[in-house]
Amino acid sequence: MKISSGATAELLCLREAARRLEWRPAFLAALLVTSVVACSPRKHPPQPAPEKREIVVGAAISLREAFLEIGQAFQKQTGTTVRFSFGASGVLEKQIEAGAPLDVFASAGEREMAELQGKGLIQISSRADFARNTLVLVAPVDAKLRLPSLAALAGNEVKRVAIGNPSTVPAGYYAQQLLRSLQLWETLEPKLIPAENVRQVLDYVMRGEVDAGIVYSTDVAIAHGQVKVCAEAPQGKYGPILYPIAILQTAANNPMAHSFESMVLGAEGQTILAKYGFRNTR
Amino acid sequence: MVWAAFKLSLLVVSVSTAAVAVVGTALAFLLARREFRAKELCDSLITLPMVLPPTVTGYYLILLLGRRGLLGRYLFALTGWTVAFTWEAAAIAAGVMALPLMVKSARAALETIDARYELVSFSLGKGELETFFRVTLPLASRGILAGVVLSFARALGEFGATLMLAGNIRGKTQTMPLAIFEAFISGQDREAQVLAVILTVASVGVIYLTNVLTQRPKAA
Repeated sequence: MKISSGATAELLCLREAARRLEWRPAFLAALLVTSVVACSPRKHPPQPAPEKREIVVGAAISLREAFLEIGQAFQKQTGTTVRFSFGASGVLEKQIEAGAPLDVFASAGEREMAELQGKGLIQISSRADFARNTLVLVAPVDAKLRLPSLAALAGNEVKRVAIGNPSTVPAGYYAQQLLRSLQLWETLEPKLIPAENVRQVLDYVMRGEVDAGIVYSTDVAIAHGQVKVCAEAPQGKYGPILYPIAILQTAANNPMAHSFESMVLGAEGQTILAKYGFRNTR
Repeated sequence: MVWAAFKLSLLVVSVSTAAVAVVGTALAFLLARREFRAKELCDSLITLPMVLPPTVTGYYLILLLGRRGLLGRYLFALTGWTVAFTWEAAAIAAGVMALPLMVKSARAALETIDARYELVSFSLGKGELETFFRVTLPLASRGILAGVVLSFARALGEFGATLMLAGNIRGKTQTMPLAIFEAFISGQDREAQVLAVILTVASVGVIYLTNVLTQRPKAA
C-alpha cells in the first residue's frame, strides 16, 4: 500500500505519540475531538445564502437522452446547472425515501410516484404526467430466430428473454402485466432474465446474451441499429405507460425546480421528448 | 431469498476457492521458482483485478466470455452453452477477483523458503513433483492457507464483476451480496439485515482465522 510520504510521516508521528503516551483511550479521545473540531465548518459572519445555481433531477433511465437535452436547454436559458441521476425508477424511489438530495423526480411508473406521495415526500400539487410510452419486443439484429409475436417466445428455440426486474423496474412490471394478460407468464418465467433497469435489458439484447427482450419503443433508437423490433406489444394488455414528474417536498420552495418542471411540461420539453419518440399525454 | 442466496453463495465460493487454491498455488510456484520472460508482466496481469474496479474486470470478462466474446463465441458455437446468467459465471467472476490474493500470499510464502531444502531433496533423488508436495508445500503451507482464506473471503464478498457477468437472477446467480442489494433497493430491509449479519459474522471469522494462521508459532 502506498501512502504519500507526508501522510506516512504524519501517521508515524501520531503512532509514536500514541506509544509514548501509553494511555491510548485518552489519546484516541483527544484525536477524535481534534478531528471533529477540525472538520466542523468554521463560523462565518452571517451572509445572505447564495442563490442555488444547481438542481438535481432523478429520472427514469429511459428518459436519459431526452432529459440530457432538456437539461442543456434549461441551463442555456437559466444559467442553472441540472445534475441528473438516472436509474430504475424503483431504485430512485428508494433513494429518495432514504433521503437522497433530489429536487425533481421523473418516474417511468405511477407506482413509484404514488409510493412517494403516500409517504408525503412529493409536493402533490406539482405532480403531473408528461409523456407516454409503449413496449416492444426486440431481438439482436442478426438473430436467426423469427419472433413474429410475443406468443412465439414460448417456442423451444427461445432460451432466454430479458425483462426489467418487476420489483424495481417499471418496464419490467409492465412487461409482467403484458405477459400475464397474454397468458404467457407461467410458460416464460423459467426463461426470464431480470435486468437492473430497462437499458440493461437493451444491453443484454445488443450483446446477444438473450434471444429477445422487452423494452420501451423509445429505447430502440439508443441501440444504434444493433437490435430489431420483432413485435409491438398489443395495446390494452398493459399500462398505459405514463411518466409522472413531481417536485420533492424538500425542494417545494426552489423556484428552479419548478422552472425545470415547467420546461418539461411546456412546448420546448415536449418537442424534445417527441424527438426521442415519447408520445404526449393527450 | 435468504436461503437460496446462502446456498448459492456457498456453492459459488467453494468451487471458486478450490479452483483458485490450485491454480493460484501453481502460478505462485512458477512466479517464485522459475525465470521466464515477462514474468513480472504476468504477475501484474494476475494482480490487475485487485486494483481495477470490479466493474472493469466484469466488463473484460464479458468481452472474453460473453456469447459474442473472444472465447465465448467459440464456446457457444461448439457447445451451444454460454456462461452468462449461470452460476458458473458467478464462480468465474469470484475466482478471477480472488486469484490475486491467492497468488500474492502463496508467492510470498514460497519465496521465503530456503531453496536449499529443495536442493537437498533433489540430491536425495526425489523428483520435482515429490519435492514440491513433500518439501515446498509443507514449508509454505501457512502462507498458502492464508491465501486460501483470503480468497474465500474475497469470493464471498464479490459483487461488481458477478453482477456484470452473471446477472442478478434469484436462485441462479443471486449470491448473498447481490441479494442484499436487491433486498435493499426493493425495500425488504429485513432480508437485507439478515444477510448482512451473516456476511459480517463470516467475515469476522475469516479475519480471525487468517490472523491465527499467519501468526508464527510462539517459541516455547
